[in-house]
Amino acid sequence: MQQVVKRIIFYAAALGIWEAIVKLLNIKAVVFPAPSDIFQALWNGFADLTLVYDLLASFQRLAIGLVIALILGTVLGVVFAKSKVIDDTIGSLILPLQSVPSIVWLPLAIIWFGLNEKAIIFIVVLGGTLVMTLNMRTGIKSVPPIYTNAARTMDYSGFSLFTHVIFPAAIPHAVTGARLAWAFGWRGLMGSELLSTGPGLGYTLKFASDFGDMALVMGIIFIIALIGILVDLVFFSRIEKKVMKKWGLLEQ
Amino acid sequence: MSVQIAHISKTFQHHGVSQTVLDQIDLTVQKGEFVSILGPSGCGKSTLLTIVAGLTAPTSGKVLVNGKEIKGPGSDRGVVFQQAALFPWLTVEENVMFPLKKKMPKEEAKKKAHEYLAMVQLSQYAKHSPHELSGGMQQRVSIARALAMDPEVLLMDEPFGALDEQTRSRLHEVLEKIWIDTKKTILFVTHSIQEALKLSDRIIVMGTRPGRIIDEIEVSFPRPRDEFRKQLAEYEERIQKLLKSEIDKVVKEEESYAAGR
Ligand SMILES: Nc1ncnc2c1ncn2[C@@H]1O[C@H](COP(=O)(O)OP(=O)(O)O)[C@@H](O)[C@H]1O
Ligand SMILES: [Mg+2]
Repeated sequence: MQQVVKRIIFYAAALGIWEAIVKLLNIKAVVFPAPSDIFQALWNGFADLTLVYDLLASFQRLAIGLVIALILGTVLGVVFAKSKVIDDTIGSLILPLQSVPSIVWLPLAIIWFGLNEKAIIFIVVLGGTLVMTLNMRTGIKSVPPIYTNAARTMDYSGFSLFTHVIFPAAIPHAVTGARLAWAFGWRGLMGSELLSTGPGLGYTLKFASDFGDMALVMGIIFIIALIGILVDLVFFSRIEKKVMKKWGLLEQ
Repeated sequence: MSVQIAHISKTFQHHGVSQTVLDQIDLTVQKGEFVSILGPSGCGKSTLLTIVAGLTAPTSGKVLVNGKEIKGPGSDRGVVFQQAALFPWLTVEENVMFPLKKKMPKEEAKKKAHEYLAMVQLSQYAKHSPHELSGGMQQRVSIARALAMDPEVLLMDEPFGALDEQTRSRLHEVLEKIWIDTKKTILFVTHSIQEALKLSDRIIVMGTRPGRIIDEIEVSFPRPRDEFRKQLAEYEERIQKLLKSEIDKVVKEEESYAAGR
């Protein structure tokens, strides 16, 4: 509780000082906007619904991209975990690919798909699929043998062993993979939207910057951060904690 | 259903060094018999049990159940491991239904699961998650799950080893009653002499390095055996001596190995 109070006081004070400095030194909003300018810009954006459409458009791309990434990552992860040959060959590509930020593929994506939705979704898919694959592979490979042994004594083997024991046992890793896929996807989405046509949060940010509307630029940065934190905290962290607890991976 | 362990040997390879863990084990367990395998830790008890379960292949020898050689794990042999090994994503009831759901309609499986949960006195916990149960309760669920597929043989690997004394002693009673009621053939691994004496018809004492049978003791007192404490204490002393000479042997070997380096 004390921590929350401290934080509220800190942020209120920081905003106050920021506002005061900008106003006292008479800094122009094009160079460094005050909190009140940012608030005003966001207010206007939501009032005329442009930011609402941007949010909807961004979320739609993200949702499509993530669904594809999660399905693809799950399938690839399972294949890599199950086939040593494929894992030793194609699987060895995953880690180097993962160390490349997905946004750098945009030029190629534009050539393949054109500067449109597909190119952006491709970047989201790429960012999400790789982490999902890595986590799913680890999850399947680290299923405690005690589970599979117990199941085998109850006449489970092959495909039924996989669907009833190995896959569910790997779910904690899958949840972590999904959380990271969202984080990578979100970054990739914002990056590629900066370079695309609208609507979309990233596009509007670029547009505002072209017109010197720094208040809106900072306002959108604030929204991007807020969404990033909220989705992680409210959605993924909660699910992850619940699953970890149920799967007995957290100490009581 | 009788279990026949015939000339079983098992050798593990560690970085090119081979270690004989089991050497020529021969043992027949009669239908309905409660047999304990007792021995110091590391003597190969778990290895032997997983071989009988069909989870590990022996280096040589074979296991016959009702005269037929086993080819792998099967629901004729239920296994209870030292850790309960319940599936955390299923409820208690679903765990007990797990071995049944491929074999019968869901309603029937559920009814059966509840019968066995009642047998281990956990009916009111059917909808709980395993992580909400204590260690002793989890182990009871695990026993119910193994019983649910109605195996004729129950293989138990130190099932109460990780539990406190009171819980353990309660579970002994539960198991004894189940054994009397269901007439299962039980092969029970333990390193506790008292546990073996309390429960079994026959105790197989194993020595170590390599693991082999060094003695076989019939225990024919009627159950429950609380009144026979004095007589059992004599047995206990005798087995203690037997095991002590085994452990001394290991210590001596280790000392001479260390000295010879
Ligand atoms: N999978 C394995 N690979 C190599 N060595 C093993 C394996 N399983 C067991 N052992 C060895 O076999 C010996 C007996 O183990 P175990 O059967 O677990 O003994 P116990 O159950 O009597 O304590 C130990 O020395 C152990 O290190
Ligand atoms: Mg053991």
